[in-house]
Amino acid sequence: MSETTISEARRRPVWLRLLAGLALLRESRVGMIGAGIVVFWVAVAVLAPWISPYPPNATLVPFALPGAAAPDGGVFWLGTDHIGRDILSRVIWGSRTVLIYAPLATGCAYVVGIVLGLVAGYHRGWVDEVLSRFSDLVLSFPVLVLYILIIATYGSSGLNIVLAVTFASAPAVMRIVRGLVLDIRDRDYIAAAQMRGERTSYILFVEILPNVRGPLIVDACLRLGYVIITIGVLGFLGLGLPPPDPDWGGMINETRSMTMAFPHMALFPCLAISSLVLGLNLLADGIREVLLNA
Amino acid sequence: MSMSMSLPPIEAPRDVAQEPLLRVDDLWIGYRSRAGTVPAVRRVSFALGEGESLGLVGESGCGKSTLAYAVMHYLGRSGVRLHGEVRYRGEELAAMSPERLRAIRGQEVAMVYQDPMSSLNPTLTVGEQLMEVPLAHGTATRVQARERAIAMLGEVNLANAEALLARYPHQLSGGQQQRVVIAMALMGEPRLLVMDEPTTGLDVTIEAAILDLIAELQRRRRMALLFISHNLGTVMRVCERIGVMYSGELVEEGATDAVFRRPRHPYTRGLLECLPTFDTDKRTVTLRPIPGQVPAVLKDVEGCVFAPRCMHAQAPGCTTVTPQAEPVVGAPGHTVRCARHAELPPWSPPRAIDAMDAPAVNGGEALLRIEGLHKVYDSARAWSSRGNGGVHALNGVSISAHRGRTLAIVGESGCGKSTLARILTGLEEGNRGTVRFGGVDLAATAVEARTAEMKRAVQMVFQHPEGTLNPSHTVGFAIGRTLARLAATPRRELRRAVERLLQTVHLPPSYARRLPGQLSGGQKQRVAIARALAGSPALVVADEPVSALDVSVQAAILNLLLELQSESETTMLFISHDLAVVRFLADHVCVMYLGQVMEYGTVEAVFQPPYHPYTEALLSAAPVADPDAHQRRIVLEGSLPSATRVPQGCPFHTRCPRKLGDLCETTRPPEHHLPGGHRIACHIPLPELQAIEPVLGPVRAEAGD
Repeated sequence: MSETTISEARRRPVWLRLLAGLALLRESRVGMIGAGIVVFWVAVAVLAPWISPYPPNATLVPFALPGAAAPDGGVFWLGTDHIGRDILSRVIWGSRTVLIYAPLATGCAYVVGIVLGLVAGYHRGWVDEVLSRFSDLVLSFPVLVLYILIIATYGSSGLNIVLAVTFASAPAVMRIVRGLVLDIRDRDYIAAAQMRGERTSYILFVEILPNVRGPLIVDACLRLGYVIITIGVLGFLGLGLPPPDPDWGGMINETRSMTMAFPHMALFPCLAISSLVLGLNLLADGIREVLLNA
Repeated sequence: MSMSMSLPPIEAPRDVAQEPLLRVDDLWIGYRSRAGTVPAVRRVSFALGEGESLGLVGESGCGKSTLAYAVMHYLGRSGVRLHGEVRYRGEELAAMSPERLRAIRGQEVAMVYQDPMSSLNPTLTVGEQLMEVPLAHGTATRVQARERAIAMLGEVNLANAEALLARYPHQLSGGQQQRVVIAMALMGEPRLLVMDEPTTGLDVTIEAAILDLIAELQRRRRMALLFISHNLGTVMRVCERIGVMYSGELVEEGATDAVFRRPRHPYTRGLLECLPTFDTDKRTVTLRPIPGQVPAVLKDVEGCVFAPRCMHAQAPGCTTVTPQAEPVVGAPGHTVRCARHAELPPWSPPRAIDAMDAPAVNGGEALLRIEGLHKVYDSARAWSSRGNGGVHALNGVSISAHRGRTLAIVGESGCGKSTLARILTGLEEGNRGTVRFGGVDLAATAVEARTAEMKRAVQMVFQHPEGTLNPSHTVGFAIGRTLARLAATPRRELRRAVERLLQTVHLPPSYARRLPGQLSGGQKQRVAIARALAGSPALVVADEPVSALDVSVQAAILNLLLELQSESETTMLFISHDLAVVRFLADHVCVMYLGQVMEYGTVEAVFQPPYHPYTEALLSAAPVADPDAHQRRIVLEGSLPSATRVPQGCPFHTRCPRKLGDLCETTRPPEHHLPGGHRIACHIPLPELQAIEPVLGPVRAEAGD
């Protein structure tokens, strides 16, 4: 339609604007540290086939300590686990699992939460009442019990993790979006859009959605960290991805009985989870700082 | 430790006889930011003696509030005093110990801010907050403090003080809240009161009452007053002296009367020429906005700060040498910071040549005919309502607007003017009555049910420049989308059509690529006007389009509206609370009060007797920036009733100074019909209304006596 011609002229391409946004982040030291950690893990996940010294599921020498020599002349930098798999390689490959499923699950929660929040906040009335009461119901339920119920019922698979996280997180996202929309729906530019007869979907996604992005980006970073922890917990409880594929939470679970004797087996996956979550939290703080100053 | 606990005695230095109460000398204040320190106040010097009142006026960003805070020695974390002195009774504020400063701030110098709700603690009763002042300073016992609080509430004209002490701030109206804040400031018996826009958020009649109260208290208590406002008329009403600020500098200072009659600085003159007054209108006078805009960030410019916008500026004198504050010859106490002030021609206000020669054209066909329109909002939550029947926003409104003319709707908050706008534009539906517009009834047709042609025909300009444009979309997108939807402009021609519209509102075509965050308030309002005009509407509803703008910008927007209207024969419904603007712009005026029409007629008829008593009160309350205007003062009792409980009979009877008796309380008043379609809804017989003296008489009233 007609908006395409103007949108060509109105903006620089998306990637340029993203870069400009990242450049703003330079003003926050905390944000830069966070971004550094996150970029590090993303790079690790992308480069896993090239940088991991051994295949993640290959059984080599059991119970090797960090720094022990490997039979092929290499070094087990982080040691091996009880059935002889190289922990460094498993941590590297495990980052792929986390960095695929956590953003996917968060993204799904956001899509559902944003749509419901926009609709509830814009229409108010009974739609809002029903959606809000339902989200209260979900949020008042202990999250972990909810996850266990869903995954124990439908079996552990990547898809079910995504579904469980979406079901549990979307109501929280909906609440945030709804609160922001309640403020924006009474602005004059919304009235102007109504007066020129725009459809509701246009008002929701073109007029309102772009103006709630700031707080949502901050929340998304924090929530992504929380989902990473959740996936770790599910793995630890044995509800994560089915073995033998490496999964940080699962690695801790498999070796927890040997923690006293061989702390390295659980320590390194723990460190991996904490550092990634910490990175996301710092990044969120940094973005918040930049948004407040802007 | 015990030494610091007992407050240091407030004793003045020996040379107090020569020292004024407050002296500010060559003051520079800056704000630290990431881009370095940005100056906000520069080279400001003034003195304020015991019992004197000084008003500081200027447009937004001129540094007037910063100056007020500097007098309290409170600049926040990012503010820094770069240079200069602020002396209270000869004592430098910056050199005071924190205890001494605290004692001074509570007892000697007090401040009143713009928003009363941010000065009052919502969890404490009025009594607790008032008594806190003497109790915190240890100058009274609880019983004494309570007595003083009651006395002080009486002094700010709040009736029933005893009962008021037990109330919480949210139980009071805005006017009452501001009175409580003033009472709180006076509890410490200050010698100097600093007020930062104390009446800006209030309705006109409430504002007038508070301004009169401030002026009276200041005189009675012989207290010095530093009064900050953006409104020249307000300052005129309260202060003996006035200082005009521009871009961080005090460009002119002198006796209020002298500055208004014989302004020396080109900026002061410009401000006065921007203001519509009550004896001028669009047929007799054009407003002359100051060209250019206030510089966003003050850099330390060479020469005069106003030179880039000044029509009298001459290179190289004005652009290289910073002008000093010089006394005006023959006017003691009048100083001006202009290198050429002695050479400037004498100034005379833009007066009407003879208003009688050009009467408003009454004819023309009625484009819009509203009859018996009602609108009741149900209470927000039906199950919790206590059967009060909701909010009566409109209660039987009947008016008409003529093609190509401007109908102004005037009234205070709760009068229903915004509801009327929302019904016309289809954002709400009326409950009863009709709105005839080009053969269709708009009253019962919400925007979803309107045809494209109807949507195109009625468009709106909103009040707040901040909310009117979507911050995520460019100017070009906002206008282009409207063009595509309403004018069905083909896609290929869209860019050119957007540029053409921008040109009609005097913005360069390159602005199409800008986001609203990159525009000033006036520019946003121009874009909003361009957007409203995109579909060539027959009716434009303008809801307070200039009330949030600075004076000089307001003049430019009013001129733009006039120009566009004369070109396109558009009918305009202009909603405003500013009577001077209405007098200037409107052809017809409708005065509303709590959802009912009090008076309707041509602008000449409404602004002259016979008036409705409410119109009379509004005219008396309007701030007038003209020392020659003779304004009769009428004080309205009480506060505005809430629209949830509209009084029976005549809605104005609770505050009407001309109330007849029980009749007004029980029976809805009949309408007096006068020639020319002039209508007044009042029980008072017409001959009595006709005998009322004009509220606003220029020199004529004095000459008659």
